[in-house]
Amino acid sequence: MKLIILETYAQASEWAAKYIRNRIVHFAPGPGRFFTLGLPTGSTPLGCYRKLVEYCRNGDLSFQYVKTFNMDEYVGLPRDHPESYHSFMWNNFFKHIDISAENVHILDGNAADLQAECDAFEEKIKAAGGIELFVGGIGPDGHIAFNEPGSSLVSRTRVKTLAMDTILANARFFDGDLSKVPTMALTVGVGTVMDAREVMILITGAHKAFALYKAIEEGVNHMWTVSAFQQHPNTVFVCDEDATLELKVKTVKYFKGLMLVHNKLVEPLYSMKERGAERSHSKKPYSD
Amino acid sequence: MPSNKSVSDAPIVQFTNCRILRSHQLQREDLWVREGKILNPEKLFFEEKGSADIQLDCKDSIIAPGFIDVQINGGFGVDFSLATDDFKSGIDLVSQKILSHGVTSFCPTLVTSPPAVYHQVLPQISIRNGGAHGAGILGAHLEGPFISKEKKGAHPEHCLRTFEAGAFQDLLATYGSLHCVRIVTLAPEMKRSSEVIRELTKRGICVSLGHSVANLSQAEDAVQHGATFITHLFNAMLPFHHRDPGIVGLLTSDKIPAGRRVFYGMISDGIHTNPAALRIAHRAHPKGLVLVTDAIAGMGLAPGRHTLGQQVVEIDGLNTYIAGTKTLSGSVATMDTCVRHFQEATGCSVEIALEAASLHPAQLLGIEHKKGTLNYDSDADFLMLNDGLYVQATYIAGEEVWRQDALGM
Repeated sequence: MKLIILETYAQASEWAAKYIRNRIVHFAPGPGRFFTLGLPTGSTPLGCYRKLVEYCRNGDLSFQYVKTFNMDEYVGLPRDHPESYHSFMWNNFFKHIDISAENVHILDGNAADLQAECDAFEEKIKAAGGIELFVGGIGPDGHIAFNEPGSSLVSRTRVKTLAMDTILANARFFDGDLSKVPTMALTVGVGTVMDAREVMILITGAHKAFALYKAIEEGVNHMWTVSAFQQHPNTVFVCDEDATLELKVKTVKYFKGLMLVHNKLVEPLYSMKERGAERSHSKKPYSD
Repeated sequence: MPSNKSVSDAPIVQFTNCRILRSHQLQREDLWVREGKILNPEKLFFEEKGSADIQLDCKDSIIAPGFIDVQINGGFGVDFSLATDDFKSGIDLVSQKILSHGVTSFCPTLVTSPPAVYHQVLPQISIRNGGAHGAGILGAHLEGPFISKEKKGAHPEHCLRTFEAGAFQDLLATYGSLHCVRIVTLAPEMKRSSEVIRELTKRGICVSLGHSVANLSQAEDAVQHGATFITHLFNAMLPFHHRDPGIVGLLTSDKIPAGRRVFYGMISDGIHTNPAALRIAHRAHPKGLVLVTDAIAGMGLAPGRHTLGQQVVEIDGLNTYIAGTKTLSGSVATMDTCVRHFQEATGCSVEIALEAASLHPAQLLGIEHKKGTLNYDSDADFLMLNDGLYVQATYIAGEEVWRQDALGM
């Protein structure tokens, strides 16, 4: 894995956004050649989304040939409920960028047959050629998407009942009223995300520090499902200082030392405004 | 991008780079319009997989719902209380001219007049949608003749009437027809007013109290029977008294039926009401305040003499008096001037000032599900204003019907 450590939330968000931008621009998406991006929700990726919106507004990044697949959605919450993940993605991302609705895929938590909806989602990913880069977060209980502790590390998209930890963490979005928080969700499986060609996990804040420790310094364990990515060939963890509070000093020093090298992934920062010759001659960005 | 919208092929316009008045706040959001209505872009995106056909940069303007004037007696030389041969073209002229003041819907108002005038004029008023031709007509506002002699103001005494003999039948005989009447102003202390108020309310006509010497208890009774509006608060009614607040007391009355709200019109032209009085009313009952112009024929014209129904009126600047007297008679203020003056005098937020001229009159008339807001599925009647609340452009049903040109005309 690459562990990218930035000092603040804002810097971590920006680094992640730059990385995504460079990946998309370098991929050179076009008609019939879409960049498939997996996307998360929650407060962690907000800063990253804001930067991506900025890049799109500046013309440096276009989502015209990007297909997105969100990780999850609540079951039984109306699609236009302010806390649904559809609303979250619309308000924080889609309405600000140049993406076409037909290239956006979010699980439908109100489908008549939930498992069929999940299976269809897996098919859509396959039909799109698999996910190029899956961006995700981590729950305080170490979960990826809604793959709660105990989820199979080879699971696929399915219905999950949420753990109490998750419901508690989400209550702040429902006026602090536990009874209003949905108890079930549709989620991509750990296996689904593992199939992506690259995975980027955003982890910020001291409250995520223990989960990060469990995910990267302990063994692969279905109680901390993010740990599965220790077995993925291309994983990037992007954190702020606070998220590293439970890691060994040795681990943090090692990866901070690598920042000189890892920063080559975001510098130079490519833009879609550059045309033709200049872009095709540019070196493939450094990759560990 | 090819059209792949499943609901309609009509063009979708996205107004960007603007601040829209929604949920009582100015929000940095785009305004989407399709087929004359405000469109929900999230629904368009997820359900129809649709997108905008045209994007318009509003250069950081404020976008507010179009103003609704429920008391306007005429303007630009046109007097709605005069039964002229070219009445129809007169009302068309006014409806077209007030677009530049930000008014997208209005209630042409008739002051106390002889029955013959009502019988000739009312059939020529039709409720109709606005458009490039002018602001929409919501129905007539009949101010009088069932009002108090002591508080007639500029209304001609010889035309005042009562309905003690036949109550509602008297009223119907006087007006001739009620088919396009939206508001009736009357004095509730008059005998049999409760029957009349109930009958009008039953027919969906808004009853307003004004030009009256009613005490608070009579006013409260009138509200019990269905009255929901007060015509130009403070003017042509008993002044507030601490032991009998009169009609003004309705603003804080505890006898208003549950779920109902009493609205009150205010002419905030700086003449009809002292700013301190405006502030008192606004602070006592902010949600009921409805800005009206009470504009007369001379509005929009040079100072001088004009008519107001059966009376002659003299205009000097913003002051409009019955010729030869100091009796105020209507105003020459425009709606956008009233909004600006209201905002300055009360120090209220831009949102509150704009809502007093749009949301509140819509609520008064029970039409807020389609007018007076920028909520999804509402009629796309809206204004682009600058930060000083000067109207830059007026839109009705999503079409631009007036724009401030570079010369400031």
